[in-house]
Amino acid sequence: MTSTRYSRTAITLHWLVALFIFAGFGLGLTMVDMSFSPQKLKFYSWHKWIGLTIFALVAIRLVWRLTHPAPAMPASMPAWQRRAAHVSHLLMYVLFFAIPLSGWLFSSAKGIQTVYLGLLPLPDLLTKDMGDIVLAAAEAEKPFTVSELIRLFHKFMNYLLGALVLMHIAAALKHHFIDRDDILGRMLPWLKSRS
Amino acid sequence: MRPLVSTLLVALLPLAAGAQTPATVQMDKSFIRFVSKQMNVPVEGRFKKFSANLSYDAKKPEASKAEFEVELGSVDLGSPEAETEVKRKTWFNTDTFPKAKFVSASVKSLGGDRIEVTGPLTIKGASINITTVATVKTDAAGVSVAEGKFPLKRLAYKIGEGQWADTDTVADEVEVRYRFTFSSRK
Repeated sequence: MTSTRYSRTAITLHWLVALFIFAGFGLGLTMVDMSFSPQKLKFYSWHKWIGLTIFALVAIRLVWRLTHPAPAMPASMPAWQRRAAHVSHLLMYVLFFAIPLSGWLFSSAKGIQTVYLGLLPLPDLLTKDMGDIVLAAAEAEKPFTVSELIRLFHKFMNYLLGALVLMHIAAALKHHFIDRDDILGRMLPWLKSRS
Repeated sequence: MRPLVSTLLVALLPLAAGAQTPATVQMDKSFIRFVSKQMNVPVEGRFKKFSANLSYDAKKPEASKAEFEVELGSVDLGSPEAETEVKRKTWFNTDTFPKAKFVSASVKSLGGDRIEVTGPLTIKGASINITTVATVKTDAAGVSVAEGKFPLKRLAYKIGEGQWADTDTVADEVEVRYRFTFSSRK
């Protein structure tokens, strides 16, 4: 039996992850420019907790997705668009895992353990000594270290995800308002089916 | 060869000085570290510069003496941002109070190689008695290693005032861990 809509579980997971991505991204952008304060330490912790929550939710989502096929895309959609949609979804899934993982790696490389919700200590993936390994002495003041490489990778992947999310939203709106098909309705239970 | 010889001489100097008491510590085999909790995350730090004078006699542990002085500005937290912060007025205020000092007032033997040391620890102008249990092991050459830890309440010393007094972010209790390697009196 094929449905035109995602299951309630898939829809809930999608919007939860979306919410946490916006919160985590906003916190990340804000916290790095803050001056050292208790608020900054809190934001860093919350940012890490959100990242780990996304990691866990996406793991559940992936299992759900693999065991519950996604509703078919409308027949009106050109093949290249379907392919583009699949590729961007796949890339987003990769980033959902890679970004929290790189954040955890970065925290470890800085010698700061990650304690989920302040309750569950996670093992450090790297030691601070590994993080401090100098890769290139670009400037005498601030050498380019392993932890700096991880930080740049974390940042780059976040901007990439940001771009994909914007594209994702733009595509959903285009389908709804221009193509006037059922794509957005697959994820919004209260939208009436047009077919 | 020459640098090696001088290195050996420097390394042996504290041993030679061991004849007098109290003896100064061998810095490379000693440390003062601490663990504070930020958002429940244990964060370790250490002091790169400190000096200590200790004497210990396994036959008369009660006669032991311990004194140490820590240069608070030499704090190593693994993050320049945090190091700059803790030297500020609201934390250590290293400009006005550059050093922390401990002087043992009484030493009790707990049997075996364990001793209980009590005395005032002075940080940022406040002197508060602390008690710590140290394990002291002395080898055949008369080199002793004293190791132990003690908790201190940072707010009692006003370490972290104003917005930093919030213990939800930085816990009040800080665990101090130490190891002193020194030559004991024979």
